[in-house]
Amino acid sequence: MTELIIPAIISCIVAFFVVFVMTPPLIKFLGNRNLAVQDINKKESVMVVRPGGPIIILGIIAAEIVLYAFLQLNEILAIIITTFAAFVIGYIDDRKVMGGWFKPVTLAIAAIPIIAFGAYDSNLAFPLFGTVQIPVLYLALIIFMIPITGNTINSIDVLNGVASGFMVIASFSLSICLFIIGNYEIAIVSLPLGFVSLAFYKYHKIPSKIFPGDSGALTFGAMYGAIAIVGGVEILAAIALLPAVINSFLFLSSVKRIVEHRQIKGKPVEHTDDFRLKATDDKTAPVTLVRLILAGGPLSEKQVGYAIFKLALFSGSLAILTAFMMRIFL
Amino acid sequence: MKSGLFGFLFAMWVLMLAGGGIVVTLLGPISISGFGEFNWLIASIIKAIVAIVLVVIWILILLKLKNWIFRKEIKS
Repeated sequence: MTELIIPAIISCIVAFFVVFVMTPPLIKFLGNRNLAVQDINKKESVMVVRPGGPIIILGIIAAEIVLYAFLQLNEILAIIITTFAAFVIGYIDDRKVMGGWFKPVTLAIAAIPIIAFGAYDSNLAFPLFGTVQIPVLYLALIIFMIPITGNTINSIDVLNGVASGFMVIASFSLSICLFIIGNYEIAIVSLPLGFVSLAFYKYHKIPSKIFPGDSGALTFGAMYGAIAIVGGVEILAAIALLPAVINSFLFLSSVKRIVEHRQIKGKPVEHTDDFRLKATDDKTAPVTLVRLILAGGPLSEKQVGYAIFKLALFSGSLAILTAFMMRIFL
Repeated sequence: MKSGLFGFLFAMWVLMLAGGGIVVTLLGPISISGFGEFNWLIASIIKAIVAIVLVVIWILILLKLKNWIFRKEIKS
């Protein structure tokens, strides 16, 4: 355990400062190339540059390479390759609008390195009841996990700072869970995700100076999913991610098909005269987490973001509680 | 509204724990004999079918829960 402290500290410093220091030059670069979109939740016409994915993946890869130099685990290579593949998929979607099935299908392919490196344990662990061995079924779980986590984080990237802030809470909760169950090596491998998210949140929080784009959101989600599989904490990861899962679940159960948000005509949320957000009565609009939060009345963008963070903290606490329950058997 | 969301989160958590119990007690012990080297494959297929059925039931319960918890708010 003690021999892991120095790699952990160095990788966390690298993860945080690569993103913290390199993001302002990226913002300037993207601004010079006019790679910006309008922030639709601002009263004035505010343009925000995107994507922030390149700096997010740079921070993650730099930190994980440091960890690989110390630990030389195949699991780290599997995480790096899967996460990088997700970044490339997201970057393609950032540059060229792809169909609704593009991301789920290609993200499923991005999960293959985890299988190829054998960086998984086909025993699925549940709290209170123990483990179940599902060798073939688990391969399907791996293939499904990366598209689900990637698209889930992507779907929650709707307001300033929400995706990165949510990722800070979910990934640190997952790291704590990994420490609790005693999987120290993967716990340390997971820490850079939290620190990269934290550094990016500095520029993504309201008012955003940069958006992560699909490349950033898919990078966050895919790495989270890869850590869940490699660390054998699939159930704990799903619990920590519940608010985002609810968002995807509500969206899919109301739309009843896999479709890009931009393809939906009905608007779930509109603006009041003072530009606060309010839920619409549009029956063709999808039900989303933000729409449900706003069902009680209009709120500012910042208030909605904090409401999502409170839900993330609640689900993160449930994940940590569940990690303790992993030690108890009925 | 927020208490409804926290309640829905909590309900999902309880369902996941209960689902885990069912998976371990139902799927875990499934084993097939009499098919030689295909025993593991047939057992895996049966486990997959049972797991898919469980997931479908889980989603249906969640849909009912969603409608029950948010019935006032969700009009679409």
